[in-house]
This record gives sequence, structure tokens and C-alpha cells, in this order.
Amino acid sequence: MASFWEYANPLKFMRTTDWLLPIVAVAALVVTATGLIWGFFFTPDDFRQGSTVKIVFIHVPAAMMAINAWVMMLVASLVWLIRRHHVSALAAKAAAPVGLVMTLIGLITGAVWGQPMWGTWWAWDPRLTSFLILFLFYLGYIALWSAIDDPDTGADLTAVLCLVGSVFAVLSRYAAIFWNQGLHQGASLSVAPGTRMDWAYKAPLYTCMVGFGLIFLTLVLAGTRTEIRARRMKALVTRERMA
Amino acid sequence: MIALLMRDLRLAFRAGGGFGLGLAFFLILAVLVPLGIGPEPQTLARIAPGILWVGALLACLLSLDRIFALDFEDGSLDLLATAPVPLEGAVSIKALAHWLTTGLPLVMISPVLGLLLFLPSEAYLWLVISLAVGTPALSVIGTFGAALTVGLKRGGLLLSLLVLPLYIPTLVFGAEVVSRGAMGLAVDTPLALLAGITAGAVAILPFASAHVLRINLR
Repeated sequence: MASFWEYANPLKFMRTTDWLLPIVAVAALVVTATGLIWGFFFTPDDFRQGSTVKIVFIHVPAAMMAINAWVMMLVASLVWLIRRHHVSALAAKAAAPVGLVMTLIGLITGAVWGQPMWGTWWAWDPRLTSFLILFLFYLGYIALWSAIDDPDTGADLTAVLCLVGSVFAVLSRYAAIFWNQGLHQGASLSVAPGTRMDWAYKAPLYTCMVGFGLIFLTLVLAGTRTEIRARRMKALVTRERMA
Repeated sequence: MIALLMRDLRLAFRAGGGFGLGLAFFLILAVLVPLGIGPEPQTLARIAPGILWVGALLACLLSLDRIFALDFEDGSLDLLATAPVPLEGAVSIKALAHWLTTGLPLVMISPVLGLLLFLPSEAYLWLVISLAVGTPALSVIGTFGAALTVGLKRGGLLLSLLVLPLYIPTLVFGAEVVSRGAMGLAVDTPLALLAGITAGAVAILPFASAHVLRINLR
């Protein structure tokens, strides 16, 4: 069994993702399309919410990936700080915009869903507030990356920001819960017995979650490859200039 | 380290140090809010805790880029980094100096501004206590942000984008202490949480700040 750390070598990473990326991309497309079509057209309407409930198939996976993307950035930042693998830092950089967009999708679909259900586009509910705060953290992280010219300094600084930001993001989450009790329902999906969602919804929802996960993976792999190529290009240009 | 503290304090107090700018900003904010919202005492009393805390936060933010920028430009930061004093200690001292020149004056002036905003009389004590407990956290977190952006040109705007989200928990608990105090409720829980954030930030963040400073200086 080859070690996972082999992929810290950009060449090895590129070679593997050469064939892996198309497979993941197609799988992402197929699974997400299956999940969404299944969810939108082959599930019954909710007896109270009607067909608006079906936005759950975008809302929940996007929200889940928004958080998971940050966790992935946190792990990649740690790997960069501890083992100094450039691919890891670049993967964290590539994940940030995806996470930002996922957060935005979660917020927007939530607003569209909240309008008919709660009668308001926005409420200062702890979950909604935490997501807005997460959005701000993503913005700051991306802004710091784009402000620094030297790639290694940028990777170091953003990695530390990601670590400190994670602590404060969690603190903000609990501060928001403390600050205001909200409209948003609690977790509908849980491994605890007595979950409140029927399998007719759960199955397509899980499919969508896997699909969104694959989309995230596709975009991060593609983004990391782009970053690696950009680095190479820069190195080539510098070499040309020296010669 | 004491010499460093005295030097930073002297630099801040004397001409061009910007001491008092934060205070003036805090005052202007407390004047602008009633002008924008209207002079009704009930409305102002209702929002006073939040406005005062947000004002303190923004006033703190104003002076952050001064913590390291000047020392970075004239090279004294490099000297500090190579000095026998650990950089973590120097960073803590810098944060302390920032608090003494920004946070402490804010704490002392806040009751006067509370008066302008018709803060209920029960809340004054809690306003002063919560600011006294919370502003050190603002200084320490801000020092981390300043250390992150020290090498950047036009880092000021980026600094606020980075630091303000980190201020959220402090703001929530701090303002909660004051508004609970204004309503005559028990304030132990938010006050303890606020103190916890301050203690944690003071204990841990200087290490992160020193680390990013070293990265920025290499």
C-alpha cells in the first residue's frame, strides 16, 4: 500500500489526478443529477410545506459542504504547517472559493425557503447568523491569500489565520446560540433513534449530499491542479528571465 | 520589556502617536447615532449597550495598524525579533501598550457616553466592568491581525476584514452583559464567558502573533 504522503509530490499528484479527475467529475455529475431529479420529481409533497420542502435537496448538502470545506482547509493548513507539503497549501487555497460559494448557496436557498415558510427572507437566528459569520471568515481568508505576493508567506499566514479563525468561528457559533434562540429547526438528520425525516426524503437527500461532496472534490482537485500549473509557469518565466 | 512598554507608551502619547484619536472616534459615534436614529430616550436606551460596544470595537480597530507598522518600517521590529527577549513577550507588551492607550481610555470615558445615550442607571457599573474585562481581548486579537498584515501595503482595509469576524464572540458577550445589566437580570454567565475569551486570547494568541510576525520578517 502506497503512503498517502506520496501525493505531497506535485508530480505524483498531477499524474494521479490526470486520470482521477475525469472519473470524479463524471461521478459528481451523475450522482448530483440523480439525487436532484429524484428529489425534485419523485418525492411526495410535504403535507404542510407543499413542494417548497424540496429545496432541502440543495440547501442541506450545500450547507454541509460549506462547513466541511472549512474543516478540510483546517486539516490542509495543519498539514502545511507541520509537514510543509506545497500541494496541501494549494489545496486549502483551492477549497476556499468553493466553500464560499457553498455558504452563499446555503444562505440564498435558505432565504428562498424562509420566505414562504417563516414569512421572512432573513432572521437573526443562531444558525443563519453563524453561516453569515462563516461567510465573513471565508472572505477574510481569500482576501489575505490574494493580498500576499510571495506564495510561501501567503501559505503560512493563511494557514495560521485558518487555525485561529476556526477557534473563533466555533466560539461565534456558541455565542450566536447564546445570543438568540431561533426559528431554524434543529438537526433533522441524526444517527440518534427517532429521526424526523422519512426515507422517501432521506434517500435522495443522502444522494445529493454525496453528489455535492463529489462536486467539491472535483473543484478542489481542478483548482489545485490549476495552482500547481500556475506555479510551474511562474518558475518557467523566472528561469527564462534569468537565462 | 518594561523599557519597551514605556517606549511604546511614550510614542503613543506624544505628538503624532494618534493617542486620543480612538477616543474622539468613540465620542463622534455616540453623537452620530442619536442624530441618525432620533432623540427618543426609550429607543436610545434600548440600543445604547450595543452601540457603546460596537463603538469601542471600532475605536480599537482604528489604532491597530499602528502597533507594528511604524516599527516595521524603521526596522526596530527586526531588532525586537533578534533581541534576547522572546518575541512572544514583546508582542504581549505591544498588546498591553495598545490596551493602555486605547482600551483603558475607552473604559473610562464610556459612562459619559452612556449618559448621552440614556443608558439605564443600573447598567453603568456593568458597562465599565464588561469593557474593562473585554477590551484586553480586543487588543490581543487586534495585535494578531496587525501581525498578519504588517508586511502588506494598504493592509488597513484587509486588517478590518480579518479582525472584525474575530471580534464577534467578544462583542456578543460584552453587549449581552450590559443589556442584561440594564434590564436588571443576572449577568454572571455572559461575564464569565467574556472573561474566559479574554483569558484564552491573552494566553494563546501572542504565540500565534509572534509566529506570523516571524513569517512576515523573514
